[in-house]
Amino acid sequence: MTSDPILDVQGLSLRYPGAAEPAVRGVSFTLGRERLGIVGESGSGKSTVGRAIMKLLPDAEMSAERMRFEGVDLLRASEAQMLKLRGARMSMILQDPKYSLNPIRRCGDQVAEAYRTHVRCSKRAAHDKAVAMLAAVQIRDPERVYGLYPHEVSGGMGQRIMIAMMLLTDPDLVIADEPTSALDVTVRLQVLKILDDLVKERGIGLIMISHDLNLVRNFCDRVLIMYAGRVVETLDARDLDRATHPYTRGLLAAQPRIGGPRAPLPVLQRDPSWTMEAPA
Amino acid sequence: MPTDPVRAIVGEDATREVYETVYRQLGLDRPMWEQFFVYLRDVASFDFGTSIRTGQPVLQDIVHVLPATIELATFAILFGAGVGIPLGVLAAVKKDRWQDQLIRIFSLMGHSMPIFWTGMIGLLIFYAALGWVGGSGRMSQFYIGLVPERTNFLLIDSALAGEWEVFRSALNHIVLPASLLGYSSSAYITRMTRSFMLDQLGQEYVTTARVKGLSRRQTVWRHAFGNIRVQLVTIVALAYGALLEGAVLIETVFAWPGFGQYLTSNLLIGDMNAVMTCVLIVGVIFIALNILSDLLYRIFDPRTR
Repeated sequence: MTSDPILDVQGLSLRYPGAAEPAVRGVSFTLGRERLGIVGESGSGKSTVGRAIMKLLPDAEMSAERMRFEGVDLLRASEAQMLKLRGARMSMILQDPKYSLNPIRRCGDQVAEAYRTHVRCSKRAAHDKAVAMLAAVQIRDPERVYGLYPHEVSGGMGQRIMIAMMLLTDPDLVIADEPTSALDVTVRLQVLKILDDLVKERGIGLIMISHDLNLVRNFCDRVLIMYAGRVVETLDARDLDRATHPYTRGLLAAQPRIGGPRAPLPVLQRDPSWTMEAPA
Repeated sequence: MPTDPVRAIVGEDATREVYETVYRQLGLDRPMWEQFFVYLRDVASFDFGTSIRTGQPVLQDIVHVLPATIELATFAILFGAGVGIPLGVLAAVKKDRWQDQLIRIFSLMGHSMPIFWTGMIGLLIFYAALGWVGGSGRMSQFYIGLVPERTNFLLIDSALAGEWEVFRSALNHIVLPASLLGYSSSAYITRMTRSFMLDQLGQEYVTTARVKGLSRRQTVWRHAFGNIRVQLVTIVALAYGALLEGAVLIETVFAWPGFGQYLTSNLLIGDMNAVMTCVLIVGVIFIALNILSDLLYRIFDPRTR
């Protein structure tokens, strides 16, 4: 990790309006120019953490001891300040391009819009910028794809368009919220590779939210394991097998292995104390 | 209301012979299918028969009453959609806040107050008390017959003739009934717009737009609104169709010589030629509006191209 963290979060908690229990409780981590994985099951609060950082949940009750992004105090940042940060210095790749692209606008225009929102420039310049970025995510005929509507592109292509849209402005932080869960297994690696190359090349701090342990193991430097709104364990990705927390161990044990014994997989035994204790 | 078309012509006191003669003249003694084909043949040559009540060819009556109603309904729908759509969007964006509650009350009132009552109250306040608008009819009595009839749309005719005083009088007269009609249909449009918009605001592409750094307002108008246009076209077209056929009450209150009034009064006396023609026109209007909204779909939604 380099000297100054891009993102420094301490004790982040968040409760949705009307919910009895908070969705996120006391999450702390720092992020440098590295790739951080957040792993957990559905409802563990991992996506909520991503949206809380971007302050996209105005109705929720949010508190934290500290939440700083490159010297900006996110807790105090006004909506006007956030509008300047979002899409320019921090952005987010959403899960399924089928839903995350506007169905009635041309893909290229949606990419160009990301640029025009933050940079004052002519339509032509934004168009050229978008086409270049589409080429950078390895879309072969970017001029043609620019004019296509979202229903005319495949899932893998759609997700590359999404990546192009979110990296176009050279952000320092990208949150990828299950970026490959909606894709076919065959294009999953291809899309991840493109994302990974761009992230490394541009020195972006990446938060990869996923429920896929193997994916996170291969594409991240560090991993946070979340359970019921808490971080139960933080590990270097290569040390994942040496996890100590029973939840992480349970997750690892529940994975099938090619060539492994053909016995039924163990079922995760949950311990109520996991939701109480502070992160180790 | 069972009416006998023969009685409608000959009257209650006619003798049996007179009755029989007219019965045969109308062709009612012939088999049903034959009557129907005769009717179709006449319609195909634009012969809709003569109205008993007015003694004129039905078509000629229609040419006068339909434009009056189209004029009224068009202004009403412009008002209804112009007020209803923005209010619906606002209610969706401010869901459960005071703005939403206020809009709910406003549209509920529009929906529940009977139009003949709001019509009378409107006349009482804005015409009798304040004098802001003209009273009943399409223009002041003073101007009737002053403008040559070309399209029978009074606003167009008076503009064509360069009679701006008549134009102003006509505008003055249409404002109140059109806005009251518009208010009652805006109630429906508002509620529908709100629910369409809420649907869209929950979609992922809205989050994408926010992540890009667009404000809430930009997100709503540049992204979400485009996706409700197709649905809006459908309900506005239906509301417009309903206004064209069903403005009877307001036409009665405002003595507006329109289509609704024509249809109703002919129905009550059993003027069959006129009634059948009116029903046919209502059908044609609805089909035309549906074709129009289908064409608009193709413009608004790339997935249908």
